[in-house]
Amino acid sequence: MRHLRRRDFLQLTSLTAGAALLGTRLTLAAVSARRPRFVLILMRGALDGLAAVPPYGDRDYAALRGEVALHAPGAAGGALRLDDTFGLHPALGFLAESYQARELIVLHAVATPYRERSHFDGQDLLENGTVRPHALASGWLNRALGQLPPPLPRAAGVALGQNVPLIMRGSAAVTSWSPSRLGAPDEDTLARLTDLYAGDALLAGRLADGLSAATMMAGESPPAEAMASAAAMGPAGAAPQRAAQARYAQLVQAAAGFLREEEGPRVAVFDTSGWDTHANQGAAEGQLASRLRALDEGLALLKRALGPAWNDTAVLLVTEFGRTVAVNGTRGTDHGTASAAFLLGGAVAGGRVLADWPGLAPRALYQGRDLQPTLDLRAPFKGILAEHLGVSARALETEVFPDSAAARPLRGLLRA
Amino acid sequence: MLDATQSAIAANRFGLGARPRELADIGSMPREWLRVQLQGAAPLLSGAQLEDSAHTLARALELRHELREERQAPASPGTPPQLQRVAQLLRPVYVSEAGARFAQAVRSERPFLERLVQFWSNHFAVSVDKPLLAGLAGSFEREAIRPHVLGRFSELLLAVETHPAMLLYLDNHVSVGPHSSLAQRAGQRAGARRLGINENLAREILELHTLGVGGGYTQGDVTTFAEVLTGWSLGGGRGRLAAGEPGRFLFRAELHEPGAKLMRNTRYADGGFGQGVAVLNDLARAPATAHFLAGKLARHFVADEPPPALIARLAGAFTASEGDLATVYRTLIDAREAWEAGLAKYKTPNDFITSAYRGLGLPVEEGAAALAPFELLGQRTWQPGSPAGWPDRSADWDGASALLKRIEWADGIGARLGSRCDAQQLAPLLLGANLATPTRTAIAHAASAGQATTLLLAAPEFLRR
Repeated sequence: MRHLRRRDFLQLTSLTAGAALLGTRLTLAAVSARRPRFVLILMRGALDGLAAVPPYGDRDYAALRGEVALHAPGAAGGALRLDDTFGLHPALGFLAESYQARELIVLHAVATPYRERSHFDGQDLLENGTVRPHALASGWLNRALGQLPPPLPRAAGVALGQNVPLIMRGSAAVTSWSPSRLGAPDEDTLARLTDLYAGDALLAGRLADGLSAATMMAGESPPAEAMASAAAMGPAGAAPQRAAQARYAQLVQAAAGFLREEEGPRVAVFDTSGWDTHANQGAAEGQLASRLRALDEGLALLKRALGPAWNDTAVLLVTEFGRTVAVNGTRGTDHGTASAAFLLGGAVAGGRVLADWPGLAPRALYQGRDLQPTLDLRAPFKGILAEHLGVSARALETEVFPDSAAARPLRGLLRA
Repeated sequence: MLDATQSAIAANRFGLGARPRELADIGSMPREWLRVQLQGAAPLLSGAQLEDSAHTLARALELRHELREERQAPASPGTPPQLQRVAQLLRPVYVSEAGARFAQAVRSERPFLERLVQFWSNHFAVSVDKPLLAGLAGSFEREAIRPHVLGRFSELLLAVETHPAMLLYLDNHVSVGPHSSLAQRAGQRAGARRLGINENLAREILELHTLGVGGGYTQGDVTTFAEVLTGWSLGGGRGRLAAGEPGRFLFRAELHEPGAKLMRNTRYADGGFGQGVAVLNDLARAPATAHFLAGKLARHFVADEPPPALIARLAGAFTASEGDLATVYRTLIDAREAWEAGLAKYKTPNDFITSAYRGLGLPVEEGAAALAPFELLGQRTWQPGSPAGWPDRSADWDGASALLKRIEWADGIGARLGSRCDAQQLAPLLLGANLATPTRTAIAHAASAGQATTLLLAAPEFLRR
């Protein structure tokens, strides 16, 4: 099973090496006929790729993953089948449909060159596009915007959210848009504050009072035992999920609005959070499941909102690194290395899992604990920028991703 | 006692919240850092948009008069459209003044002194929910408080009680002695409006500004003092009442209750304006005043329930120096008790916002946007709602919903700054030895740079000073 995957995978990369020159010319021609749009969603906090895309067919999977393991397709709460090895988390219904409709590529065992497991540095490197955190004050996507072939709108990119993330900072002009109302702090932040206040009687009491009052106001009156288990898990429940859904709705509507405009930006970026599931991660249901569900619904809404423009759209979801294969002492997972990524959209040549799968056997794990990365994320980044947005090979290797010879562009991701 | 904790106390409890380089600048000499700030006059704020109170007041009164003429209505105060027009005139003044004060607090290199200005301004509180005060609270603080925070209490007291803002706020400008010449004249006219004493200013001076409740005065003293203060009024006016400069203090003899007064077992000779000054000077010298002020200072700078020994020492310094405020401050700086507990005070919203801006180097916004955080977190500048000013205990500020609002605000800051703010680097710079391991760890493990900033601002060590 693993070998099949690897052969397919190598075929894909060899295609690109041989046809590089020809491919570039064809790509430019194709691009000028359409108006390609690109949405990049940063999943901050290190998404557990093994939960989002469970390799249920890997023989070491179930034992190693323990209580966060998902059942095989067909079982209750089981994974949604992609192929004989991989599935999707049951909460990712829209992504599963997209896969069947050949609008989704799933990438697995992917990582940036970063190996240190700090969120801040990992995110910085994911966004700066080099091999060292804090090496540059600009992001690779902004540098790519500066290399887009004409004709170009005044501002080629839009950053949605309250700040312009590093990936969109640089010399290229970028519009920004911010939701009109301050969103409430997310569940994960409130949970961390609850932990932080544990040693402070006054603040612990006040925060608990405040949150339970807020939950009541939101129309929930959970019974006592549900409240007790909710308290044990940290503040979770329907109210925070609705807040997440509302936030996605705002962001995707805004993104679609910008991208549908004739003279509007080509590229939209926003970020999501809450993926840092150190405790009580859950499996088919639970904290991670709720967040994946809200994300999945948000993506479905994005497709609807884009309308016909969906056919020219590619959406990439990436995270800074993955999580440990094994569960930790608080029923969650800790920081890891390789994770999964998703490329979704009408412009995507989908219906495939791209993974040079190293397996989960003990010898195959990175430092004996993490999924081994076998593909540098800059490879699909380059492939998308070249084939979807028409950035030249030369620009990719020099301006956009300096020192990236090791990451050869991953081609064939988009429909011709 | 570790110097490291003391420098955090100096910057965060005595000051307005550390800026990133402040703890390093303070080094191992926190007391000296504070003493140095007491040298030289207090900085006065100035700027094109910061008007003289007399000028603002004159404009407002002029407008009010015009509106009355227009409506040809009797001069009854507070008809709604009139109020709105005046409020519209004064709102920009309030916004400029509050913004200037906030900007000063954020950038000041003498934050201990700025905190003292805010302390006295709150001690002698006015509130902008009363008509006209929106246009005067800022200039009141600049004109009556700032120039006197390093001087003698008696001078500060006199400057405050003769400022038009205070006279208007506590209605003294229309307080008329029953035997004053104006009252005599009015009494002779049939159907004339009854004029009388207003006790408000007198009471608040005794209760809130000097002796304090139970500080040794009777109801009779309040009434007598109110008589003493008749005539403490404003220039301007129309017709027979036109006198002096519009908007400035004017002692109007025709309003003053004549005669000697007996107050707190002391006889004050008939002496017009000077009679009131004499009473104020005696109040300033009273041991009860020393004790009351010492208690308030100790509560503000040390702990909600300050040690009695500290209060006694501060009161003693006050009395021995004849109310020299700088001497009292130095006594506070030298006090052992002031340096013992690290995070004794819960920050007010004003403290919290100011320390966040100082610590994160946030730019103060233009115009009304700068005031939005104060609105959100429940402490609109100069709007305590009563002459008692803002309260100064944890229980007054540490409510559950107030905490959630601070967290929400902090989250917004974190989201806005994203990876531009390095909370991991800032936490020790701002909190020094007060930074505890759980907070340090939580910040280090945050899922994003924005979340790390939120956790820093919402940390127990940042919510307190």
